Amino acid sequence: MTTATTTTTEPDRLVPARLPPGRYSLVDLARSEWTKLRSVRSTLWSFVIVVVLGVGVGVLATAETRAHWATSGHGGFQPIRTSLIGIDIAQLVIGVLGVLVMTGEYGTGTIRATFSAAPRRPLVLVAKTGVFAVVAVVISEVVAFLSFFLGQAMLTAPATHATLSTPGALRAVVGSGLYICVIGLLGLGLGVVVRHTAGAIGALVGVLLILPIVVSALPSSIVNAVQRYEPLQIGKMMITVPTDTGVRAILRGPHGVVRHVVLHGGGGGTFTFSPWVGFGILCGYVVVLLVVGGVLLVRRDA
Amino acid sequence: MGLDAPDAGTATVNGRPFRDLDWPLREVGALLEAKAIHPGRSARNHLLMLAQTNRIPVARVDEVLDRVGLSDVAGQRAGKFSLGMGQRLGIAAALLGDPGVLLFDEPVNGLDPDGIRWVRNLLRGLAREGRTVFVSSHLMSEMALTADDVVVIGRGRLIAERPVGELTAASAGGYVTVRSPAAAQLRTALEGAGASVGVEPDGALSVRDILAPAIGDLATRLGVTLHELAPHTASLEEAFMALTDDSIEYRGENAPDTTSNPTTPTDATPNNGGPR
Repeated sequence: MTTATTTTTEPDRLVPARLPPGRYSLVDLARSEWTKLRSVRSTLWSFVIVVVLGVGVGVLATAETRAHWATSGHGGFQPIRTSLIGIDIAQLVIGVLGVLVMTGEYGTGTIRATFSAAPRRPLVLVAKTGVFAVVAVVISEVVAFLSFFLGQAMLTAPATHATLSTPGALRAVVGSGLYICVIGLLGLGLGVVVRHTAGAIGALVGVLLILPIVVSALPSSIVNAVQRYEPLQIGKMMITVPTDTGVRAILRGPHGVVRHVVLHGGGGGTFTFSPWVGFGILCGYVVVLLVVGGVLLVRRDA
Repeated sequence: MGLDAPDAGTATVNGRPFRDLDWPLREVGALLEAKAIHPGRSARNHLLMLAQTNRIPVARVDEVLDRVGLSDVAGQRAGKFSLGMGQRLGIAAALLGDPGVLLFDEPVNGLDPDGIRWVRNLLRGLAREGRTVFVSSHLMSEMALTADDVVVIGRGRLIAERPVGELTAASAGGYVTVRSPAAAQLRTALEGAGASVGVEPDGALSVRDILAPAIGDLATRLGVTLHELAPHTASLEEAFMALTDDSIEYRGENAPDTTSNPTTPTDATPNNGGPR
């Protein structure tokens, strides 16, 4: 005989649920953040705009220069800087995008769903920052290299052009991409601290564009001490090459030795940081913002 | 859910603070507010990004979409959803991790009668499966149909915690609506007989602590005509009102004057913390 005498009055007990071993991890959160990033159309479009504007403005500026080559003076022509001029615009778009990646969650209330699923908030911030950083650096470098190659290809003779092996060129191109990527992260950091889209974008524009205007109005002793810390100033150092002079070719010595003569103040000087030191300082800003943001995330109600 | 820091006290789930849970979605599912969703994200992607945080298989996303009846619109942007659809999506998110504990905050808000019945059956079904289902609501009639146990909280304090049936039975035991052209005279006499009498906005008396036949007898002795004499047993709503009489946060100006329930002395001081 079977022992089919179990009573069926008790419901099927599901509780406690069988849980997998371990704990939700950074990898799980990164996967989720990747889904978030790619599943909102406005974010995808913003990345497209970064590329189109960044490359497009550079191409337009280069085409303009080339078209008027014969009729205009070009003693201080900087082929590298000219092709990368779109970076100045792209930094704003990617900075705003960085802001939106964070404030979009607050504005829509998604943040409460996110933190209900993953209550370790600093870990969420690390995942979000990491995923955005990877995507942003890829997009940024695409903008930088595409701008450079398209621009240089357009600078046909008699205009002078640079190649990646031109001294400082590779650094300037890679640096341009890194620069706008970090500005994107700066936006994200401001987004965490400020939480509101308008406020965070305001802060971003203030730091990037307004602050330099205010500083430049101060006495020169202060300008000299402070200006080099401005993100825009650091960016200028990262994008420009001191030897980026269109007349480089005619400066070749008789033995083929390139004599770097700075004809145009593309940067460099006592009151500026070298590109990589500047980059380090810029990264420092982002780290400070993210740490402050992380502490605030834990302290504040979601 | 660890979203807001408490002023005092602690909350634990299965004995642990929410923030320390290994797999929060698999242990607690919550519908906190409908439409806490990015309007540009599809329903499916919203659930997918939540599932991924807790390593919940992708197949489960389609399962819960099916269960709440959103499979057909899974690819549509959530911004286009109606309030009811948003509510269903929120419920799907709560069910995602197949958790043993579920929290629903006002789950029937914005739903049509069909949706309300669906939620009611869903909640009862989830409880039958052996889960603990918490529902917070201001809709007492709905709770009377849905809940087994009721927890009444007012001004941040626990006022009552017991089965629905006990709560209504233990309440003032109902009241009697009395209409009469000589209401004022009758009221004085009723209060003299030990009843507590409230006046409704339309002039009807709501009488407690005395039964309908006694009211009829009293009226006869006084020679007062009665137009209505209607006894009510306490509903959950009335039991709730009686319990929370002194802890209502925002009182409407025309709120019925039911001040003299002996178990709930009135408190005219401003209150903080509403009834839940």
